[in-house]
Amino acid sequence: MKIFSNKNFVAWYFVFPVAFIHLFVIGIPSLASLALCLTDWRGLGEINYIGFENFIELFDDRYLKKAIINNVIWTIAFLTVPVGIALTCAYLLTGIKRGQMFFRLAFFFPYMLASVINCQIWKYLFHPIHGLGGFFERIGWEFLAVSPFTTKSTSLFAVAFVDGWHFWGFLVVIYLTGMYQVDNHLYEAADIEGATKFQKFRYITLPMIRPVFIFSIMIIIIWSVPVFDYVYILTGGGPAYSSEVIANYMYSQAFERFDVGYSSAIGTLMFFYVMIIVAMFGLFRRAGWDI
Amino acid sequence: MIVAKYRRREVISNYIILIIFALIAILPLAVLLFNSIKPQMEFGVNPLGPPNEIRFENFSEAWVKGEYAKVFFNSLKLVVGSVFLCLAVSLAAGFSLAKLNPKGSAIIAVYLLVGISIPAQLYIVPLFLLWKEIHLLNTHTGLIIIYTALNAPFATFLIRSYMIRLPDELFEAARLDGANTFQLFFRVALPLSWPVILTAGLIIALAVWNEFLFALTFISEEGFKPMATILFAFQWRFENNYALQSASAIMMVAPVAILFMLFQRRFISGLTSGGLKG
Repeated sequence: MKIFSNKNFVAWYFVFPVAFIHLFVIGIPSLASLALCLTDWRGLGEINYIGFENFIELFDDRYLKKAIINNVIWTIAFLTVPVGIALTCAYLLTGIKRGQMFFRLAFFFPYMLASVINCQIWKYLFHPIHGLGGFFERIGWEFLAVSPFTTKSTSLFAVAFVDGWHFWGFLVVIYLTGMYQVDNHLYEAADIEGATKFQKFRYITLPMIRPVFIFSIMIIIIWSVPVFDYVYILTGGGPAYSSEVIANYMYSQAFERFDVGYSSAIGTLMFFYVMIIVAMFGLFRRAGWDI
Repeated sequence: MIVAKYRRREVISNYIILIIFALIAILPLAVLLFNSIKPQMEFGVNPLGPPNEIRFENFSEAWVKGEYAKVFFNSLKLVVGSVFLCLAVSLAAGFSLAKLNPKGSAIIAVYLLVGISIPAQLYIVPLFLLWKEIHLLNTHTGLIIIYTALNAPFATFLIRSYMIRLPDELFEAARLDGANTFQLFFRVALPLSWPVILTAGLIIALAVWNEFLFALTFISEEGFKPMATILFAFQWRFENNYALQSASAIMMVAPVAILFMLFQRRFISGLTSGGLKG
């Protein structure tokens, strides 16, 4: 049994526990799901192979279509608003001396909070009587007079707003790490040329932080796929599916209707989408994009 | 520091914009804090401002009505168990990937990298059925195993990137003194790695304390639920009692806030670097 005390083999002992737990919890169930999406299983009884029927059903499912569109809107919203605000704040932060640390902590702290907490805070603040709506009414404005969570046209954006409020501080910190690495001489040279604040941002800061910037774009796209907590807690996807997202729809298919095959098909779809995004960014890196 | 590039007037406008955003981040939390010490009677006339009359009994009342002694204990059990198990397996794996590099270990690294980006929706249903089959539903052990698997890839990479910078000479010297691989791990690598152990531990603890989806799915029995899902239920149970709701929320935030004040840099660098590598 010499091989088991071989140095190379001992090194493997150290990796086994992680590999085992991860395979047990995530790897094997993932493979099971990739197989179950081709069946009509409902968690009990016989498992019948039905080919791609679940996927054919998926493409006819108008609630899922609504959910996919909402996820796309969600992704676009996150790629614009929090990114824009975070870039602005990070850039302004590099231009001040005092209070840098304070601002950084203030922006970052909401990122540390649990989704339930953030949802509770904003459910209260968007309450038409107690929250901001009541406040605006007292000063004579009619704004937020009904809860945006219960209005069809605004529910998705209201939920995305709460998640974004909690998330953008994370982006500030990421962009800051990139901006601190920019050589100060570049700005001094630009000053001599008489460049404006915006020009300096556009032609020096932005190109110099491209690696972190592209990274942030990638994680936003990937993290926008499985959004669940905020939708489930705040609106449950309603009213009338107006804030439904894929993860929440999948959850109801799985744990309310117990349609294992169908929910696995939705999970499979999400998985392949994420893998394509990851592969795309990997290819960009190969192609010399310097990410 | 990039300071020279601004004139005085620009600095003032910078501060104004930054203060506005800082208020947007902080004021909602201030309202929560105010409401947690406000008597329920006062909400009708003063829903957003600081309390006119301070009432700390909200906390004791919420503590008793929500049976938070038990809930806190549940959450604490999950946090301690997950941090312990996850650190144990990740330290070993990180050490191996950084210093031993057995042939073919790159496969494990790639597997874990892919593992980070698999959406939970892919595996949660089969995992649920598996947990039901082996009687791990509604147990803290079951959830601790899940949390370990969820956080292990991140922790492994964080630890690996730290240990890779430990000087090789130390390990070679210990080898020459006759240390075997386990002794290299316990006597050389671990004592030098406490900063990354602390960082990884804090991040795992935070993730477990805040986690919602798996706690919701795998623990349905009231007595075993952790803070996150209890608070969710509490919001429905005491729908209009904002004083109690806010006091409970503050109880869940308080440990996070205290740890954040003590270890700001660790939290920020851990949370961002983990993401940067993933």
